[in-house]
Amino acid sequence: MSLKKYFPIFVLPTLAAFLIAFVIPFLLGVFLSFTEFTTILDAQWTGISNYIKAFSNDDFLNALWFTVKFTVVSVISINIIAFALANLLTKGLKGTNIFRTIFFMPNLIGGIVLGYIWQLIINGVLKFFGVTITYDPAYGFWGLVILLNWQLIGYMMVIYIAGLQNIPSDLQEAAKVDGANRWQTLKNVTLPLVMPSVTICTFLTLTNSFKLFDQNLALTAGAPSQQTAMLALDIYNTFYSKVGWEGVGQAKAVIFFLIVAVISFTQLILTRKREVEH
Amino acid sequence: MKRIIAVMLCAVMMLLFASCGSNSNSQTNDTNKNANEIYFLNFKPEVSEVYNEIASVYEKETGVKVKVVTAASDTYETTLKSEIAKSEAPTIFQINGPVGYQGWKNYCLDLKDTKLYSYLIDKDLAVTDGDGVFGIPYVIEGYGIIYNGNIMDKYFNLPEKATDVSSVEEINNFEKLKAVVEDMTKNKSKLGIDGVFASTSMSGGESWRWDSHLASVPFYYEMKEKNSEVSTNSTAYNAKETEFKYHSNYKNLLDLYVNNSVSEKGLLSGKSVNDSMSEFALGKAAMVQNGNWAWAEISKVGGNKVDADNIGYLPLYMDIEGEENQGICIGTENYLAINSKASKEKQQASIDFLEWLFSSETGKKYVTEKLEFITPFNTFDDDETPEDPLAREVLDWMGRDVETIEWTFNSFPSQEFKNSFSDAILEYIQGTKNWDYVREAVVNSWKKERA
Repeated sequence: MSLKKYFPIFVLPTLAAFLIAFVIPFLLGVFLSFTEFTTILDAQWTGISNYIKAFSNDDFLNALWFTVKFTVVSVISINIIAFALANLLTKGLKGTNIFRTIFFMPNLIGGIVLGYIWQLIINGVLKFFGVTITYDPAYGFWGLVILLNWQLIGYMMVIYIAGLQNIPSDLQEAAKVDGANRWQTLKNVTLPLVMPSVTICTFLTLTNSFKLFDQNLALTAGAPSQQTAMLALDIYNTFYSKVGWEGVGQAKAVIFFLIVAVISFTQLILTRKREVEH
Repeated sequence: MKRIIAVMLCAVMMLLFASCGSNSNSQTNDTNKNANEIYFLNFKPEVSEVYNEIASVYEKETGVKVKVVTAASDTYETTLKSEIAKSEAPTIFQINGPVGYQGWKNYCLDLKDTKLYSYLIDKDLAVTDGDGVFGIPYVIEGYGIIYNGNIMDKYFNLPEKATDVSSVEEINNFEKLKAVVEDMTKNKSKLGIDGVFASTSMSGGESWRWDSHLASVPFYYEMKEKNSEVSTNSTAYNAKETEFKYHSNYKNLLDLYVNNSVSEKGLLSGKSVNDSMSEFALGKAAMVQNGNWAWAEISKVGGNKVDADNIGYLPLYMDIEGEENQGICIGTENYLAINSKASKEKQQASIDFLEWLFSSETGKKYVTEKLEFITPFNTFDDDETPEDPLAREVLDWMGRDVETIEWTFNSFPSQEFKNSFSDAILEYIQGTKNWDYVREAVVNSWKKERA
């Protein structure tokens, strides 16, 4: 009973931190999306006009479509490649640890730096054709896909490795004894058992690619003509390069939050269903 | 054991919170009592070190600390927006003219009664609103096509020269400029250059020389035709629409830049202003479009081959009628403003600092010798002008009997307008869109951004 009395005291520091760093800025952000403001301290209520402007803005819808395409492609490619690598590197090959380390390393480099590095590489290759990455939005698109793959595969691989190592070897042996070939073992034994890893990996890749910003800014900055600008970059541009449009940027950010929340919850529920206990 | 750890963690957390709290408390106290620290948000990255030097000299002289923060190229608005929301906000910042003022009018202090304003020779230059004065220009700058005189002389002495132009002074319209440039390209190996013009930098944030500076010329003429009574800036500021009447003239000069460039067309989107300034400094290019601020960059390049005594400007000729009498583009986009939301003491301290900088002997010395500014203030004598060759050339052009082009781009609707302009130019240069697309983009974006 006495413990309950102290409950508010123990929870206070965390609660305060959560309020200050998360809840208050979030509510303030939602509030600002209904106002016109230059800095957050002088806001004037304007109702939903910001949301109307946001949706009647072509750039925003283009960015949304571009982001969706990008997310679908990268989530699939990152997870397949990461899983394949994890599978290889749990087979007990020579030098496994070195390979794991090397594959993981790109993840330790910041997004802006990676963006510039890949811009140099891609422009270096395209130089032979006399163009640069801004020539065609498709170049920017695939450049971003390669970049994000390069960055995230190592991380996802580590999660998959952990999942694979958790599978009891007797299950696989039993499958072998029962005459299952490799493909059947993978599909019917391994995959269902690593479903928790799949859940977490798809969640991470999905949110990461949807919210991509630094890499986008450094690699293409939206060129040509904002055709490779993703949602986060479009919000940033709206916020900073139009006088009086800060509120619209904020409204876009709120919409962005809702989309990310809905998508990731749906994904979590869907993949959770397929997880099995052993 | 666990309990001890938990207690310690709690203690650490409490400490953290406590220290945060006390820190911010002491800071606010400082702000209220005295103003021994002011904050200057600098716009010009090329002279950031000089400002730090000035700050330390000023602190030694008066005890007032000047915090100087420099925004990276093309990020001034971004930096200002986030800095001004802080409790330690900039006390001195810059607005880029009437359009910039609209965004910051709640933060600009009326400077009508300051000495700084009284120093201004031409009071019309200030940014005003009603009776108030909210932005004071502090530097006059000029831009045009900067040429490397040695390379030009080499060309004029070439035996296989195909034009009858024999000095830079004879180039007084687009036709002659084009003839010379194209002939120079033909002879580029003999002249030892890779191209006549330094790269037309088009990478992100590096295209202001085309979407603002070069674009100023066609809009200057268009706005002058609309109304020749008032400044083209105020006509442009009030224009709801534009027809971009001189678009083909703009294209003339842009094409000339791109077709006679050091770099291939397709690679221009990877080039920055720094790239093209170093191409010019190293003698790989004979000309580059830029202004007198560029001297800092040119002279800093290691192995720079530009002869300070043989450098000059050509006006931006683009085949507009009467351009024989056209001068270079002279104006300013740098207006000082004082944060009206800072404490009274800080506002006064900031004004004192600026007045010191532009009227005391020490301050003036830094302005002319290190910052190399041509100032619009009457506190500077005629001999107190900067040494740098490009600034001297600007002064020279100011004295000539020519039509000076205003910086009409100060009244372009927004940064977004400039962005869509340069996006369109990029697509045109790399060949993915035609010129009509650029014209439409400019016309539509102007209308949209002004609405």
